Amino acid sequence: MAPEPFLGRTEYTPVRHHILSVLVENKAGVLSRVAGLFSRRGFNIYSLAVAPADDHERFSRITIVVDAESAPLSQVVGQLNKLINVVEIRDLAPEEAVERELLLATVHRAEADREVLLAQIADAGASMIDFSSDSVTVSLSGTPGALDEFERILTEHYPSIEIQRTGRVALPRLNFSTEASLSS
Amino acid sequence: MKITGAQALIKSLEALGTEVIFGYPGGAILPVYDPIIDSTIRHVLVRHEQGAGHMAEGYAQATGRPGVAMVTSGPGATNIVTPIANAYMDSTPLVVITGQVATGSIGTDAFQECDITGITMGITKHNWLIKDASEIPRVIAEAFHVATTGRPGPVLVDVPKDVSQSEMEWYDPPMPEALDLPGYHPQVTGNRDLIAQAASLMAQAEQPVLYVGGGVLKARASEALVQLAEAIHAPVVTTLMARGAFPDTHPQCLGMPGMHGNYTAVTAMQKSDLLISLGARFDDRITGKIDAFAPNAKIIHVDIDPAELGKVRRPDVGISGDCRVVIEELIMACQKETFSTLESWWTQLNEWQARFPVHYEESQDGGMLKPQTIIEMLAANSPDDTIVVSGVGQHQMWASLHWTFDYPYTWINSGGAGTMGFAVPAAIGVKAGRPERTVWAIDGDGCFQMTAQELVTARSEGIPVKVAILNNSYLGMVRQWQEMFYEERYSEVYLSSDLPNYVMWAESMGCVGIRVDTPEEVLPAIEKANSINDRPVVIDFRIDASEKVFPMVPSGSSNDEIVVHPSQQEGN
Repeated sequence: MAPEPFLGRTEYTPVRHHILSVLVENKAGVLSRVAGLFSRRGFNIYSLAVAPADDHERFSRITIVVDAESAPLSQVVGQLNKLINVVEIRDLAPEEAVERELLLATVHRAEADREVLLAQIADAGASMIDFSSDSVTVSLSGTPGALDEFERILTEHYPSIEIQRTGRVALPRLNFSTEASLSS
Repeated sequence: MKITGAQALIKSLEALGTEVIFGYPGGAILPVYDPIIDSTIRHVLVRHEQGAGHMAEGYAQATGRPGVAMVTSGPGATNIVTPIANAYMDSTPLVVITGQVATGSIGTDAFQECDITGITMGITKHNWLIKDASEIPRVIAEAFHVATTGRPGPVLVDVPKDVSQSEMEWYDPPMPEALDLPGYHPQVTGNRDLIAQAASLMAQAEQPVLYVGGGVLKARASEALVQLAEAIHAPVVTTLMARGAFPDTHPQCLGMPGMHGNYTAVTAMQKSDLLISLGARFDDRITGKIDAFAPNAKIIHVDIDPAELGKVRRPDVGISGDCRVVIEELIMACQKETFSTLESWWTQLNEWQARFPVHYEESQDGGMLKPQTIIEMLAANSPDDTIVVSGVGQHQMWASLHWTFDYPYTWINSGGAGTMGFAVPAAIGVKAGRPERTVWAIDGDGCFQMTAQELVTARSEGIPVKVAILNNSYLGMVRQWQEMFYEERYSEVYLSSDLPNYVMWAESMGCVGIRVDTPEEVLPAIEKANSINDRPVVIDFRIDASEKVFPMVPSGSSNDEIVVHPSQQEGN
């Protein structure tokens, strides 16, 4: 198992965000219904990730990071709940959730000192996943805060870097006793 | 039994109790029009798809059953978008069936193709694109269930041509409990603790107001409402969507609140210490400037849609549930409380009523016709259970203010969306669903010109509605705003006093046309119209263009700044 990447600082993540973990029926147009609702009601989305949620492809889980400043969270949840294909909504406050996100970045070798780049990759717990004669692609999965930090370092050093992030996925944080029972 | 998708669609509609479809055929829906010939369902052939939608809305609002409309793909479908949006705003149960190009052609910009499920996503409760004929009975059952339960609303089912042409093995549309809708569970009963809290707040209140919205009519809760109101002695205001939900002649009825509501209804809400909102949604036309709305009132908010609770104003007690069920639960809970007769509150209310009744100045000898007089005479000379349908604008407000509504489901209009042209087709739908009733459309000349062609439908289908055009040759409400707020700079509001000739137009559509210019002609015209039952009647009432709707709360102002009729203002 890969070592846990460093957690980094979290100031770069928007403070007013909330995570909604939305279980939906996996039917045509469901993503469009959810996205359309957000734009129609003036709710802002920071990020959105979708993946199948069960073995039979009957349900998908959409993880939405919402701007809780743009509308009261109860309104966002209430309106989402009215979509017929929305089965269940879990509202995760950031402190109650474990969040992870994936970042890919391609660095041009001409801009990079090899040793420095390798050190940066090692420090962040990132890995090199592809390379060519003129570029290197690195990957980091971790908390959004860790990714923010890594992104800051990379963009500072490499002006023509290309960065792609997935948006976060999240599950409820387990309470201590559960964790303890798992490790015992 | 193998049948075609088209046959399955009609058979499903029959099985779910459809008695009338308002529709218009075309290429993609063609296969479905064949089995209609052999069906028990009546088909009303409209003259424009918008008419089909509004007819279905009128039918639904008058009968409580879902309205069904059927149109073809592309422009047929886009023409019915306005009624769908209107039904969404007013929570009217509507099932709209649209034809679609064949599944293999979807996405190729085929002839008369449009993405109608995409277009209507934001204005339907839900919509479906059927991909296989075997889905038809199930989807139609889901569509009816979703449209009619919870907070009612429009739904749309898009049926590609190859789906309606292909064969399927028939099965009966599943009963609601057998439907697979894991994300749809409307909450019907109220939370017991919240009901008790609400009853206790109601017993403590000194200046309560029952704020009644369209949800009370949707829930068929009028009788329960009267019981609750009498048990707690509170005054009742009925919003534009709820006129008739509580009898106007009941001593506790204050009438309509809102931008053009009467002084006492508006001010009672404003000064209230407890608003008991039943099936209403704190619309901006009710609250005026929201920050200044009913500043001292605690709020009990009952709505079938949990998202309405706190959307505009945070409730002290928010109860999601069906209005009839919750009102009945409240009545039970109130039996454990004692209620005062609210004497000082009623003294205040009666004083306002005496000082600021809804008022207008009747025309003097030789003066022009006043629209309010016409409405009062129409009401006095038509059967008690007459259903009134209106368009949108000054005539709508006058009708709501000056007709006395004593029965539920006798007032039908376009509230939330404010769709001009609603009255004529909606009245036709009402009359199709309630043929034994007298149906009067009270319309403006601007509205009438938008959808009048449906009177051809009315005549040819034998649906004898009556239309009173309050004709001031202006887009009157816009004119009123330009007069009051734009220094009388009238911009693009004058229609014409001689174009069209409404009598000739009505006659050409097979209706009786009558023109009324003077006060003496009003009663004979109404009596003549009410005596004609074999064809539609249109009366062109020529009214005073300078007449305005009062009271009025200027847009964006606090309800405290209500403007009453000039003759009631201080100094007069």
